[in-house]
Amino acid sequence: MHGRTDAQPHGRTEAPAADYQPVFAGEGRKKLDAILAKYPAKAGALLPALWMVQEKHGWISPTGMAEVAEVLGLTAAYVKGVVTFYTMYHQHPVGRHFVQVCTTTPCNVCGAEKVGEAFLKATGAKRYGETSPDGQWTIVEVECLGACGFATPVMINDEFVESVTPESVPALVARYK
Amino acid sequence: MGFPHPTHPRENPVLSRHFGEAEARRYDGWVKRGGYRALEKALGMTRDQVIEEVKASGLRGRGGAGFPAGLKWSFMPKQKTKPHYLCCNADESEPGTFKDREIMRWTPHALIEGCAIAAYAIQAEQVYIYIRGEFTEPLQVMQAALDEVYAKGVLGANAMGKGVRIDVTIHRGAGAYICGEETALMNSIEGKRGNPRIRPPFPAAVGVFGCPTTINNVETLSSVPHILSKGGAWYKGLSLSNPKSTGTKLFSICGAIAKPGNYEVTMGFPLKELLYEVAGGMLPGRKLKAVIPGGSSVPILTAAEAEETLLDYEGCVAKGTMLGSGGMIVLDDTTDMVYQVMRLAKFYAHESCAQCTQCREGTAWTVKILQRLLNGEGRTEDLDLLLDLSEQMTGRTICVLSDSCAAPVVSAMKKFRPEFEAYLTKPASRT
Amino acid sequence: MSDLVKLTIEGREVEVPPGTSVLEAAKLVGVLIPHYCYHPGLPVAGSCRMCLVDLEKSPKPVPSCATPVAPGMVVKVYTEQAEAARRAVLEFLLINHPLDCPICDKSGECSLQDYTEQEGRSSGRYGDYAKRFNPVEDFGPDILYVPNRCVLCTRCVRFMEDVAQEATLNVEERGDRAHIGVFDGRPLDHPWSGNVVDICPVGSLLSKDFLNKARVWDFDRTASICPGCTQGCNIVLESRDNTVVRIKPRPNPAVNRWWMCDHGRLNYAWLNRSDRIEAPLIQRDGRLVPVDWDQALARFAEVIRSAKGPWVGLVSPGASCEALEAAARLLKAHGGSGAFRVTEGPEAPLPGVPDLALRKERAPNVNGALKAGFTRDWAAAVDAVGRAGLVLVLDEDLAGLAQPLPADRVVYVGTVLPEAARGAAVVLPCANMAEEEGTFENLRGIRQRYGQAKSPPGMARPAAWILGAILEAAGHTAGATA
Repeated sequence: MHGRTDAQPHGRTEAPAADYQPVFAGEGRKKLDAILAKYPAKAGALLPALWMVQEKHGWISPTGMAEVAEVLGLTAAYVKGVVTFYTMYHQHPVGRHFVQVCTTTPCNVCGAEKVGEAFLKATGAKRYGETSPDGQWTIVEVECLGACGFATPVMINDEFVESVTPESVPALVARYK
Repeated sequence: MGFPHPTHPRENPVLSRHFGEAEARRYDGWVKRGGYRALEKALGMTRDQVIEEVKASGLRGRGGAGFPAGLKWSFMPKQKTKPHYLCCNADESEPGTFKDREIMRWTPHALIEGCAIAAYAIQAEQVYIYIRGEFTEPLQVMQAALDEVYAKGVLGANAMGKGVRIDVTIHRGAGAYICGEETALMNSIEGKRGNPRIRPPFPAAVGVFGCPTTINNVETLSSVPHILSKGGAWYKGLSLSNPKSTGTKLFSICGAIAKPGNYEVTMGFPLKELLYEVAGGMLPGRKLKAVIPGGSSVPILTAAEAEETLLDYEGCVAKGTMLGSGGMIVLDDTTDMVYQVMRLAKFYAHESCAQCTQCREGTAWTVKILQRLLNGEGRTEDLDLLLDLSEQMTGRTICVLSDSCAAPVVSAMKKFRPEFEAYLTKPASRT
Repeated sequence: MSDLVKLTIEGREVEVPPGTSVLEAAKLVGVLIPHYCYHPGLPVAGSCRMCLVDLEKSPKPVPSCATPVAPGMVVKVYTEQAEAARRAVLEFLLINHPLDCPICDKSGECSLQDYTEQEGRSSGRYGDYAKRFNPVEDFGPDILYVPNRCVLCTRCVRFMEDVAQEATLNVEERGDRAHIGVFDGRPLDHPWSGNVVDICPVGSLLSKDFLNKARVWDFDRTASICPGCTQGCNIVLESRDNTVVRIKPRPNPAVNRWWMCDHGRLNYAWLNRSDRIEAPLIQRDGRLVPVDWDQALARFAEVIRSAKGPWVGLVSPGASCEALEAAARLLKAHGGSGAFRVTEGPEAPLPGVPDLALRKERAPNVNGALKAGFTRDWAAAVDAVGRAGLVLVLDEDLAGLAQPLPADRVVYVGTVLPEAARGAAVVLPCANMAEEEGTFENLRGIRQRYGQAKSPPGMARPAAWILGAILEAAGHTAGATA
């Protein structure tokens, strides 16, 4: 699972941050209201609302899930069930730069695994899913990113980078340092 | 266009004509290229006339199922007692497929226009375009294009001033291949886990939010403006082999091919020619070993079979595979078939929604058996076990993800069995 | 009824209303198709795939719980293909399911055991691959979740979402990592949540109350009615060694469908109390001494003869209709009447079912008492005690009475002897509701029978028997009901 290493014991959740800033207040509330207007039922705004939480906080904590549940009239357990289904929602903080390397078959036969290894080497992260010692990088293997003709595609945070090779990795990493 | 390569003379660039043209992404640029005239025309026809035109064209779903689009639209209730919805499936996650992203990032207005025409035809006032979460550029480009058309009054409460409401909203996915399955997509729009639904009821009766819904693929909808402009008969005439497969198709060619990209050819085009002539043939020094023509969920073809295949729905079925999404994965003689089948099984195991027992447990078990095989720890019984599990994973579940995991296993074992058997005697390899 | 659908299942013809599932139609002709996720009280999921059967017209097997009947449909449950399909589902479930039967509470009432026995392979082919492992989780006050045993049927999720209408449970994660979860800090404490343990087809959701307590094959099962409130949920008392060990709901479409609340389910310890009155007692030389029934009834007759003034009855709304009616007749014959009081608690509806709730009045037979002629005017009855010729108490705990009762004129018929009755002239031990057969009338006027699950202690007898014997001895048998 993205952002989740083997070190996380099953079922453990992070303690709610004492300084959690609500997402759906002020401008955030207005944005949510505009979204809600597009769906006949409040739950339709759930995925968009979760994106808003992740955009603001970098991940979706239990407190974030509870806030979303509250504003949409859903139970927190329901929201958690949805968050844990979709792999792009981070349930734990990730490094400052989150790298997703596609290694599914079309990219795999074009050397994607070597691209992933090059990222690990260039960033110092020891293995997939584990944040690098300087806290800056988390690299994960992901499934098909839908850019198979531009192997190997890589996402660095929200940036979609095409045609990455092991050789082009160090320069790419340097760009973010 | 064999984007990002120059258009090959044997291509038929209907959808892809303007790929790579930055100006085409903007409303003015698109209108200059003939855009939104089809929508204007459609809004002047009756809804039934629009449906008939699409039926006459023979357009079939380009997402993989190949269901006749006009027929699907006609399933919507004629008497509207509840809101109707159109969902555009832009979840493109089938390994090997990367055509919808190109349509969206180069010709967003083509998709918007197609959505608007379809919405009008099925009496839908709200369209949801479900774009997978990873497609950050298409998301941006599509939203910018939508903002433009709203500002211009092309969409909204009074679309093009014709007294019809057409609203289009982008719904961003969050990382789930299964949400490309039409009923899972609807659940995802409703804010649920992306679980496919049992049928009946079917979407045209009970879709999103309990209302009649039609779901169409990006490529399907983007074809609609051309059909309205040039006529269904024109589209029907674009057919090189079987008259039941008409129009053009974007083939996403990837893998060990010299010029990977999206190639648009008329239905029925010979696969051999597409591969060797249009897409530049194999990478230097490599030989064709296998082709998965329609995205990873369809049976694998040997090189010999592939070279005899005509690329339309019937042509692929005749060869024991399917056209699917047209995501063509080209595998060469350096490919370890066993390893790649394992990697595909891993994909399906990762993406299983967990509802059906066979899929939830079977995909993971398949991966384990293949990994052991690759590690030199396989047993003879494992090969038959894989086939037996695959049989029980086919046609037994709510959706076909389970079948999709079985397809490469079964076809690879049938056609490349010696490679599997070699692992039984080989010492430990990589996992 | 020309709009019924006629079809054939395993060669047997059946006619059912349109919309019926093949699985339900099959039940009517005695064909029980294995299933997990399906439950008649829950929305159809069709996901476990255990109920796959073959249709003549379909090349692939179909899920019978999610397939509506069609005219002329021919259903075959025991074809090679269908059996292979179901056998495969069982094998897939068992690859990660631990071999916990020897330590699992569900053993003996487990659908995975039962179906594997009926239709499964004798051994799996998973070999020595690692099984998925996750630790046991504490979901709430009474509920444990054992993820390793879970078959992901989602009955529990659908119950909480649709029937309890509080979605405290949900499936988390995807694929073979999926499991059921609660949100940290929001436990499964809904007043009807115990039902998820009933409907869990395997030993994944467990009741802490029942944990490791007993093997279900040792149980005697007795149809009964819940004594917890006026709803009158139909239940089963499960007992062993003359002790009630567990209560489960019994289906009744008109009263409680398939459900019962946690208050009723978990409140059975009082049925097993050991501090019971075990023999008839009469007051002699300032203390109560045990005697036999003949002596006790004879003493009672003496008390009656010396009684001057109308009788007063203080009765429990937990007594049977039969006992209450006999008591009322006895009181009336002596110019008296009686009253009851009932403990109250917060009402807790089950929103997904019309007219089903844990009722405010925490006794099973308030209506029985009212119909027998007793009133709610407890204060007036207590007031009249001072002038009464005889006070007949029927299993009331007499707690909180302002004045002590006039000892020599009290006849106490009950299960446990309260301090306030220590001076009674006669004490007659009666059975509690688990120790007798009788009826309760619920708040909607439905009179329901409950059965005897265990023997009453010592010489205790059903209250209706006791009062009947008194009526007979006092010559009031005319017009007595059976």
